[in-house]
Amino acid sequence: MVNVKVEFLGGLDVIFEKQRTHKLSVPSKDGDEVSVGTLIDYIVENMIKNTSDKDVFIENNTVRPGILTLINDTDWELEGEKDYILEDGDIVSFTSTLHGG
Amino acid sequence: MSFTPPSDPRKPKNVKVSQLCELCHARKALIKRPKNLQKVCKLCFFHVFETEIHNTIVCNKLFENGEKVAVGASGGKDSTVLAYLLKLLNERHGYGIEIVLLSIDEGIVGYRDDSLATVKRNKEQYNLPLAIVSYRELYDWTMDEIVACAGVRNSCTYCGVFRRQALDRGAAKLGIKHVVTGHNADDMAETVLMNILRGDVARLEKSTAIMTQSSGSPIKRSKPFKYAYQKEIVLYAHYKKLDYFSTECTYAPEAFRGTARELMKNLEALRPSCIIDIIYSGESLRLRPKKAKRAPPVNHIEIRSDGSVSLPPQGFVDGNRCERCGYLSSNTICKACMLLEGLQQNRAKMSIDHDTSVNGAARLTRTLEKLTF
Repeated sequence: MVNVKVEFLGGLDVIFEKQRTHKLSVPSKDGDEVSVGTLIDYIVENMIKNTSDKDVFIENNTVRPGILTLINDTDWELEGEKDYILEDGDIVSFTSTLHGG
Repeated sequence: MSFTPPSDPRKPKNVKVSQLCELCHARKALIKRPKNLQKVCKLCFFHVFETEIHNTIVCNKLFENGEKVAVGASGGKDSTVLAYLLKLLNERHGYGIEIVLLSIDEGIVGYRDDSLATVKRNKEQYNLPLAIVSYRELYDWTMDEIVACAGVRNSCTYCGVFRRQALDRGAAKLGIKHVVTGHNADDMAETVLMNILRGDVARLEKSTAIMTQSSGSPIKRSKPFKYAYQKEIVLYAHYKKLDYFSTECTYAPEAFRGTARELMKNLEALRPSCIIDIIYSGESLRLRPKKAKRAPPVNHIEIRSDGSVSLPPQGFVDGNRCERCGYLSSNTICKACMLLEGLQQNRAKMSIDHDTSVNGAARLTRTLEKLTF
């Protein structure tokens, strides 16, 4: 179990009941460590109310290209992407870059 | 609607040497730059990003000292970052330009009214003057009315044609001869790709120009973000906590562009430099000069869609003006006037519950609406 803050920015909040910031307690699947991959599964399973909205967030089992994922303001590419182990108080943000400018 | 900035994470505890910024070697790297895969920290990112835009501006001689420049501001991420950066760079490097925000109100309830609220906040935040021109005052139609009349499928055609003119006219009204827009590298690559996919050879060569100006038009356009990745623009806005609007337009986005964008994003995921590579390919393409166009016979008569005819007074040269509105056009009547005419005559598809059997009914209804006794 880990307590993290998740943010949906750049218009992504529309599929999360228009709420940008969510405080989550994510249960671990096996053992006690919770990775970002587990967090993403948790979001998809529990937070997206409308099933057709899942494709907006996820593609081929990972965050859709065009959505920027930051772990504590660091590009998740530099943190091992889905393998990053979350700690209490971490902030994970998802920002869509796909809408018009 | 108000602005809530993204949260600040707590301070990281220990940083490994391999996680350090490749430029300053002192702070933790936060970003991997898509252009060259360099890992940089927040402060170095600000510095390189701002410097690159400055270099683009200087190398292409985009601005002249004392010039008045209008920023096409939609309230979205690109134009918000553009307005912020131009003000910053203008002060830092002394371009000597005067910046005005210019917004177009297409008249889309639930979309443009919200994004205009963002532009109005930007006006206060950056202390820049703001001018808004609306489709209603220019064309006497709002986008909502056009869609009700012509259907959602054509919305982007109308909107695109009208906006291009509206920006020029808005600038002309303010006495400004230069409009800058926030088109970024992703947009440019997308356009190159679309023109290739459509075989639009004529547009292909022009589409990568950083500055465009038709002969005869007093207003030039430029794109200082031509080489700036969308990802970096969004990151810049995120770290600087800039207030921008991010909602997709109410009317379905152009399907073809959407598909091209998806393709680009998938390519970028595999090979981030491909965006800049596509732009480079587009720039390097040289078309074989076309054979001179056969001029229409001397007594050529153009028949318009409404059945009226016109005798072209001069040849088809760049710099022709529309007979109706005087706007630059390669034909005797510009595209916007042609679309407006179609709307007013109700040629476009319309729902049956409005009785539209009479020619010109839409225009008549609109005139009647305004009548008061």
